[in-house]
Amino acid sequence: MEFTTPPYLLKNASVQRVMLQVLAALLPGVGAYVWIFGPVIVVQLALATATALAAEAAMLKLRDKPISLFLTDGSAVVTAWLIALTFPPLSPWWLIVTGTLFAIVVAKHLYGGLGQNPFNPAMIAFAVCIVSFPALMSQWPAVGMKVDLGDQVRVVFGLLPRLDAISGATPLDTLKTALKLEDGQFSVAALLANQEVFGFFAGRGWEWVTGGYLLGGLWLWQRGIISWHAPIAFAGGLSLLAGALWLANPAQFANPLFHLFSGGAMLGAWFIVTDPVSGCTTPKGKLIFGFSAGVLAYIIRVFGGYPDGVAFAVLLLNICAPLIDHYTQPAIFGMKDKA
Amino acid sequence: MLQLFKFKGGVKPQTNKTQSLAEPIGVAPLPSRLFVPLHQSIGGTPRPLVEPGERVLKGQLIGAADGWISSAVHASTSGTVRAVAEHIAAHPSGLATLSVEIEPDGLDEWTERTPIDHGAMEPEKVRERLREAGVVGLGGAVFPTHGKLTASKTVPMEELVINGAECEPFITCDDLLMRERAEETIRGVGVFRDLLQPKRVLIGIEDNKPEAVAALQAAVTKLGERFEVIAVPTRYPAGGAKQLIRVLTGKEVPSTKRSTDLGVQCFNVATAYTAWRAVAHGEPVVSRIVTLTGNVERPRNWEALLGTPLSEFVALGAPKADTNGYLMGGPMMGFEMPAMDAPLVKATNCIIAGSPTLFPPKAPEMPCIRCGECAKVCPHELQPFELYWFARAHNFGKTQEYHIFDCIECGCCSFVCPSRIPLVQYFRFAKSEIWAREKEKNAADQAKARFEWKTARDEREKAEKAEKLAKAAAAQAAKKAAEAAAAAAAPAAEASASDTPAAAPAAGSPALDAEAAKKAAIAAAMERARAQREAAAPKNTEQLTPAQQREIADIDARRRIMETQTAFNAEIAETQRTQSDEK
Repeated sequence: MEFTTPPYLLKNASVQRVMLQVLAALLPGVGAYVWIFGPVIVVQLALATATALAAEAAMLKLRDKPISLFLTDGSAVVTAWLIALTFPPLSPWWLIVTGTLFAIVVAKHLYGGLGQNPFNPAMIAFAVCIVSFPALMSQWPAVGMKVDLGDQVRVVFGLLPRLDAISGATPLDTLKTALKLEDGQFSVAALLANQEVFGFFAGRGWEWVTGGYLLGGLWLWQRGIISWHAPIAFAGGLSLLAGALWLANPAQFANPLFHLFSGGAMLGAWFIVTDPVSGCTTPKGKLIFGFSAGVLAYIIRVFGGYPDGVAFAVLLLNICAPLIDHYTQPAIFGMKDKA
Repeated sequence: MLQLFKFKGGVKPQTNKTQSLAEPIGVAPLPSRLFVPLHQSIGGTPRPLVEPGERVLKGQLIGAADGWISSAVHASTSGTVRAVAEHIAAHPSGLATLSVEIEPDGLDEWTERTPIDHGAMEPEKVRERLREAGVVGLGGAVFPTHGKLTASKTVPMEELVINGAECEPFITCDDLLMRERAEETIRGVGVFRDLLQPKRVLIGIEDNKPEAVAALQAAVTKLGERFEVIAVPTRYPAGGAKQLIRVLTGKEVPSTKRSTDLGVQCFNVATAYTAWRAVAHGEPVVSRIVTLTGNVERPRNWEALLGTPLSEFVALGAPKADTNGYLMGGPMMGFEMPAMDAPLVKATNCIIAGSPTLFPPKAPEMPCIRCGECAKVCPHELQPFELYWFARAHNFGKTQEYHIFDCIECGCCSFVCPSRIPLVQYFRFAKSEIWAREKEKNAADQAKARFEWKTARDEREKAEKAEKLAKAAAAQAAKKAAEAAAAAAAPAAEASASDTPAAAPAAGSPALDAEAAKKAAIAAAMERARAQREAAAPKNTEQLTPAQQREIADIDARRRIMETQTAFNAEIAETQRTQSDEK
């Protein structure tokens, strides 16, 4: 027989299968994205995917690893999609290429490639770009903008000037800026009533996109690809802090529902804090990881200088993951009374 | 109905059991040659008792148990011993092991069999009978059964668990045994019950074997026993002893304890059956039921003689053309038989003919992505991926911290791993490395202890010697002083004697007197010289220059090192001897 180590019977499982299911789970969110903000996001997804695969192939060649085996594992594509979905859809082409290159080359391969990266590569891409190009990373298209796909693509490739008319801040950012500028004059309730920017319970249009991510995440959980611990703990941490502040001062702080369905919260909860490589692995560890990331994300997005806090929260927790895992090892069979 | 417990983890591979269940157990024909390995159980290797050319009878003792944890080996049929030599073992290593080659004479003539009445005997005698009959755990671990039939002195025996779960895919030998030989199996359980005196007897069978459950239940009722026959959920590895104990009793036996410490003991159903045959029929274990399945035309269970070469056994099932190897055991924990002339042994519960379609080649190994699937399915609730990282890094201390020795190598982790990492192999590697290092360390520790003891003894002897010398020197000095005093007195006395006329006749002629005086003077001088020498001798070692002292210390140190080296070499030789004995 070709191999001589038990078990000889194996379940039909592979890294590629896992990654393809993650990509499939992103589709509802992507669909909503296209419907609300236009098909330009597909161009960005393609751009990121092509860059990621090229960078992956080059790095594999440099590292003398089997190229086709690793190129087809799907991990680079997942990273690329997550980057594309966290960057503004009308950001210039080189921005997403830079982010993706940094994620694949530095955050992934310089640390040892698949399975070895201590930080989530997509969040590294976001953090690097928002620190380096804060203005470009903060321009989001207004919902229902009347610009056709051709013009959108031209904007992305720098053939049309970037118009302020077609882009602005995210609802989350708008809320924060308004509250800061108005210095308490404006109430959240009044702001949220503005149907230009805000929808039924979160950002207008964004509710559908984040709802799509929630749907995909639940499907991943149902398939057993992810466990419930980290997403639920993340949502819990975020909601708990948001809820407490909202109850204390509803005029100043938005409700938890708004926060859950705004910005990167849903994508983060189901697709980022669940990353097995850079996250925690023990059930208790996942709860701590998710909860802390949720709390930190809220603090950064509400009190910090950046429009959203998920990326920085996750990266900070990535550093802590090995330590959390070390202290949360579950008791094993036959030793539960001692633990 | 008994409340069942759950064990965490586990997997549900396709069972593939129906293929070999269509026909009843067949009796395999006599093979042309038998290769009966002497070492077929855990523990000491039995010593061969037969010579080439000797005629043996079926059931005749050919290997006597060596030590308490060891089990006897018998001729599987009557015939002539052709050789007592090394023959390839039923082991993945393909190494040879001392085996008795028997050419059957076709008569299958039994040796004298003496049934015993175990109820009327000392328990110790019953255990000895089982040891002499070669009864070992037939579930696969082949631990000598008599060694498990003594209850703990401190913990009362609560449950006797009988394992009929048979959770590995493909294997059906226990299923058919329970269906066809239920009564004798239950009687065997009765023997164990009598020896261990448990409060309850629980027989666990996976619920995919309803016929076996019904057969055993009927036998229990018929024999008027109070054993509970329980169907347990089908989930691999429910037939692992610790998992079955957990499911039936709720008790978890950690790796650091024996199950008897928790008041439980566990035996396989086939073991109970052979124990009954040994007790009630005086039959030693010379055959066992083996499932022949997989890529064969006629999958079936066979009662096959121990020592039957694989080639002759698989021919019974007519392997298909694309068969590319044979597994012994199940597909989860079994191994590939190293050669076609390797024999069936007590541990052989199943032979699976493999083919590229049945067991497709594994996809290439990918890096671990820490997805945690392995931890989800680990029945011992370990973190296999952490163990894998540590084993890869040769960080064996950490593997122990993460309980590597609780791993039962069931293969669930490898089964689900999306990166196709042969996790169990990494754990076996880590375990064997740790064992090797511990042996080395023990050897070094022993050598060190010996060295320290020897140094202490040398010092003590040295001190004693010095004390003796000091005493001798003191005595000599006293003697010398006395002698000097005597020497000073003697000439004066002699002179006065020669002057005295009265003394002259007594002393004889003056010439003779002079000669005597001369002799006395010589003797005195010699005595003085001797005294001087002796008085000077200790001074030789006491008044040395520092350089001389250093030189002597160096010589002593060199001698000590050489002595330690010799002791160490002897130690190594001894360790190697005991190691080869253990094997």
